[in-house]
Amino acid sequence: MLYSSVISERFRHPRFFGDLVGADAVFEDVNPLCGDRVRIQLRLADGSIADARFKGDSCAICMASADLLAEMARGRAIRDALAWGPDDLLTRLQANIRPSRMNCVTLPLQVMKGALAAVRAAR
Amino acid sequence: MTLAERCRADFPILERRINGNPLVYLDSAASSQKPRQVIDAVRRYYETTHANVHRSIHTLGEEATALLEASRDKVRAFIGAAEREEIIFTRGTTEAINLVAQAIGRTIKPGDEVVVTEMEHHSNLIPWQMLCRDRGAVLKAVPVIGDGFLDLEAFSRLLSSRTRVVAVAHVSNVLGTINPVGEIVKRSRAAGALVLVDGAQAVPHMPVNVEGLGADFYAFSGHKMLGPTGVGVLYGRRAVLETLEPAWGGGEMIKEVWIDHAQWNDLPWRFEPGTPPIAPIVGLGAAVEYLSGVGMEAVASHEQALCRLTLDLLAKNGDVTIYGPRNPEIKGAVVAFNVRGLHPHDVAHLLDQEGIAVRAGHHCAMPLMRRLGVVGTLRASFSVHTTPAEIEHLARSLSNLNLML
Repeated sequence: MLYSSVISERFRHPRFFGDLVGADAVFEDVNPLCGDRVRIQLRLADGSIADARFKGDSCAICMASADLLAEMARGRAIRDALAWGPDDLLTRLQANIRPSRMNCVTLPLQVMKGALAAVRAAR
Repeated sequence: MTLAERCRADFPILERRINGNPLVYLDSAASSQKPRQVIDAVRRYYETTHANVHRSIHTLGEEATALLEASRDKVRAFIGAAEREEIIFTRGTTEAINLVAQAIGRTIKPGDEVVVTEMEHHSNLIPWQMLCRDRGAVLKAVPVIGDGFLDLEAFSRLLSSRTRVVAVAHVSNVLGTINPVGEIVKRSRAAGALVLVDGAQAVPHMPVNVEGLGADFYAFSGHKMLGPTGVGVLYGRRAVLETLEPAWGGGEMIKEVWIDHAQWNDLPWRFEPGTPPIAPIVGLGAAVEYLSGVGMEAVASHEQALCRLTLDLLAKNGDVTIYGPRNPEIKGAVVAFNVRGLHPHDVAHLLDQEGIAVRAGHHCAMPLMRRLGVVGTLRASFSVHTTPAEIEHLARSLSNLNLML
């Protein structure tokens, strides 16, 4: 196993991949290392993230990280989600990620925060 | 004994093991490994000769200057330039192209046009983008068609009396396509445009004669041709260089200086402000000697055979998609490919577990990736030390990939 069973499983069978109907926060960004693109869609309600989905053409680590993040975000307060850092993902991914691949873990996190910041700015 | 068998002993890094396996280095197109002769030349220079060049009235300074200028002569002969004044040392291909873009940029007017191609490395695209943005010029790109060839009919249609510069890769760093530079030069000249050729993927792998190609500028890097990092070469046709103002100012590029003006130095130093990367230039001279010793015809046929083997073996794997020309005779020393259902970075990571180093990603050619409809690709590239057994190892590992992720 190259990465971890968590990454392998989420890469093969992502649970939150796809479009989110009625999303009110959407953001997309690119990993300059590889050109990978991740798009995160959020539905917000009462200061919380009601639902989350992601899309993108990306590597196994990035895919697993986005899928995990969507799961973590659902039902959580926006304030909590904004406080998450790379370690919150790394411990759950149960993988040793080498420095050259850390962007693959953190890109979805940056994109989610970008989506939340865009909503905040719009209000 | 084959060429690779003779050369392998010269590369100390090939003794390394990666994740318990012998290193299989298939990333020479990104940066080549260095033979002992180059490493020794750099070490010897620092241990016995180093001083600043050109104005030092002492033994070391004179020796360092002689070594640097000797490298210039070696490079001139290696690429078939007519005069040593046409060889400008830079920090790499990127700096060489930026130098030309900035020097020519001073003469560009709004509405002038620059033609690039869809297969350019970002280093032969972004400097022209910046130039066009700054000067109100128009940037146009020759489309890539078929298995990765330039659309020459479209190219002719893009040329006009407004075209000032045509910038094109000699060999694509992704597709491996060897572009018809001679023909491109002919058509560009007829339109009155200057031609810059990015030769970073050509000079290390095949005989190159800049006089024969006829380009006005030809840029390449030391570190991709067995030389040190931090040095590159800009060949410029003397008649053109003489018309250009220096791109950058500083010491060494002047003859006489007053507070409010200066007189420029002669070629080539006019374009070499500041202390040059002396040790890398000395190392580049050693790399040129090494490659000349092996013989560029021999290097080209060795790598063509590896290219053919790679294309043949990968074609047998139903999960592999190959990008670029399928005929190794019209291709440089790179093969780009993807594995179905797997991201190139994951494949590269998996191969690294086997000790195999390949490139994965967009290869600094995002417009080309978009044209190919992919986020990125894998790329195997070859050098004098690459063996058929290493290619077979790559093909075998690719067949076993799905078991590992």
